[in-house]
Amino acid sequence: MLSIKNLHAAIEGTPILKGISLEIKPGEVHAIMGPNGSGKSTLASVLAGREEYEVTEGEVYFKGKNLLDLSPEDRAREGVFLAFQYPVEIPGVSSTNFLRTAVNQVREYRGQEPLDAVKFLSLMKEKMKLVEIDQKLLSRALNEGFSGGEKKKNEIFQMAVLEPTLSILDETDSGLDIDALKVVANGVNQLKTKENATIVVTHYQRLLDYIVPDYVHVLFDGRIVKSGSKDLALELEDKGYDWIKEEISGTTV
Amino acid sequence: MTGSKKRSQEQQFKKFARFQLQMTVSTKKDHKLAKIFLSGTAAMQDLPLYSNLKKSAKEVLEVSGMPTLKNEEYKYTAISKRISDQLTRFGTPSSIDNLQKEIQGQQELFQLDQGYTLVCNNGIVDAHLSKIDPQLFQLQTLNELSKEKATQIGAIEKNEFDPFTALNSLCFRDGIRIDIPDGKIIEKPLLLVNFVRPDENGACIHPRVFIQVGKNAQLTLIEQTIYLGDDPVFVNSVSEWKVGQNAHVRSYKLQDGHKKNLEVSNTRSEVQQDASFTSIVLSLEGGMIRNNLSLDLNASNCEGNMYGLYLLNGKTHVDNHTNVDHKKPHSESNELYKGILADQSRGVFNGKIFVRQDAQKTNAFQQNNNILLSEDATVNTKPQLEIWADDVKCSHGCTTGQLDEEALFYLRARGIGKDAAKALLLHAFAGEVLDQLKEEGFKEYCEKVVHARLGGHY
Repeated sequence: MLSIKNLHAAIEGTPILKGISLEIKPGEVHAIMGPNGSGKSTLASVLAGREEYEVTEGEVYFKGKNLLDLSPEDRAREGVFLAFQYPVEIPGVSSTNFLRTAVNQVREYRGQEPLDAVKFLSLMKEKMKLVEIDQKLLSRALNEGFSGGEKKKNEIFQMAVLEPTLSILDETDSGLDIDALKVVANGVNQLKTKENATIVVTHYQRLLDYIVPDYVHVLFDGRIVKSGSKDLALELEDKGYDWIKEEISGTTV
Repeated sequence: MTGSKKRSQEQQFKKFARFQLQMTVSTKKDHKLAKIFLSGTAAMQDLPLYSNLKKSAKEVLEVSGMPTLKNEEYKYTAISKRISDQLTRFGTPSSIDNLQKEIQGQQELFQLDQGYTLVCNNGIVDAHLSKIDPQLFQLQTLNELSKEKATQIGAIEKNEFDPFTALNSLCFRDGIRIDIPDGKIIEKPLLLVNFVRPDENGACIHPRVFIQVGKNAQLTLIEQTIYLGDDPVFVNSVSEWKVGQNAHVRSYKLQDGHKKNLEVSNTRSEVQQDASFTSIVLSLEGGMIRNNLSLDLNASNCEGNMYGLYLLNGKTHVDNHTNVDHKKPHSESNELYKGILADQSRGVFNGKIFVRQDAQKTNAFQQNNNILLSEDATVNTKPQLEIWADDVKCSHGCTTGQLDEEALFYLRARGIGKDAAKALLLHAFAGEVLDQLKEEGFKEYCEKVVHARLGGHY
């Protein structure tokens, strides 16, 4: 489904990603871990199409299409979803109006009829239960005045409504208490099917107790330096990232 | 030899000419333009009711001339120069034939007509096309007024306050006075539509309105000027409001002309105890527009609200100068002006808040926010607060920036196209002002016009 080959990316001339290769198949959950500044969020941003990042080398194919050629909105319409690390507050734009616009633009792209108000409302109601989000929040402006947990829940709620094939959760767990974390993880797990895949970008192993990955990759200095099963995450939790750093510097010397 | 001598003489002359040019530019007043208007009106028939007002206007103009960029109040808005440059005829056009037909072309606007409409033809009210209920309020033309009522014209917005006010006083041939009796609640809005078209007689129109709202009365006014054709034209209006005790007024103005229209409006409202005055000005299209809005909160417990939205493109220039004068305790003023500027457009905002020593417990808030969509667009914004009382709450703030890129990316990452995402954000920005429109019909009308603009050339 997603094939990343030797991806290099830079911001304002500073290289951040220095050759990432990754294959993701339908139904899989991949966790990307690594210390701060290793390039985890950059990878998520590059996949979603954030324009500040310049791809200097490599290629990314998504369902056979060159992802890097697509605008951010077309990536979303193709089925890529980025759950933001810091969801943006947008005063004056109602959550409902925003989501309806999004859903219908995605549907239009896919050649589907737009949803009328009634159908859209019932879709909202159905998905709201999934992430236990308060209806009152959705009558307010998008993310405005939401707590950290509410913002993250809203991300998963949007994901549920848009039904992406590839979800990228960028540090969705950071800043959440355990109750909110469980709700978010539960939502993600319920949305999991054999057809879609998830990339979980995280700093902490804790999230992976709830969203169990098939693969864990460790990102360090813009490269994937180690890949393994979920046990790798436990090892990292136990030993910290220094162990990886030493191993890397050991091999280079 | 002679050739080069001649050349150098020419150069010297050019230098001198340039110097002379600089001299004229650097004078603070444009007397030439004032003289054109003064001589143009000299031969006009006297209006006995207003001979004093016109005499004082003449005196003001003779001394002050028309403002240039050297005048502090007009330092960003060279409207006098534009008038001199773009107009060739400084008289007043005669009335437009068959205005009924033009009204039919403005169906959407006239759908807002809920019973009370005033139609003006090049600044002069057309009694046949207007509909008002004499049970509810009294409408008179300025020339029909009693001597006593006529002396009130020009007593609120005085000639010496602004040269354009004096110019209006000098030039108007008639106008409107509306009196809302005490206690009368006018529930449906009054629509005031001025149709404007220059002709061979002139391209300058000076509408004059005086509205007195009695004690405990209530009125909503919706005002729009319809520019027929796109010939250069200058509309210089003066509106005076006398708002009685515990009366409540909402005044909406929609400015949606064309790229060659020049407009100056001077609006001043005297607000009495427990009364409120709310002004909302939407400026969507025009060549150069200058709005002077002044609220005199003359007694305690008054409320003055000033809202504005300007969506500019091309070379449109809109300047809003507002002034609120808190004279007595316990009054409140709220002000919010927002602008979206594209291309080489320019916005000017100047907000004066004056809190006098007696005006303790005043609350005064002011905000001006701008979004620049192009590198060539300009905003000059200046809050001016003068506070003489010590127990007050006053705040002001202004921001000017680009569209929030982070928000734009967030919307696009959800599948919303770039243009739609921009429109959504700009709408949200403008919405804060549009939300202040309380009349549903007019609000919908404005939202539609704004929507068309934001989805279009931005």
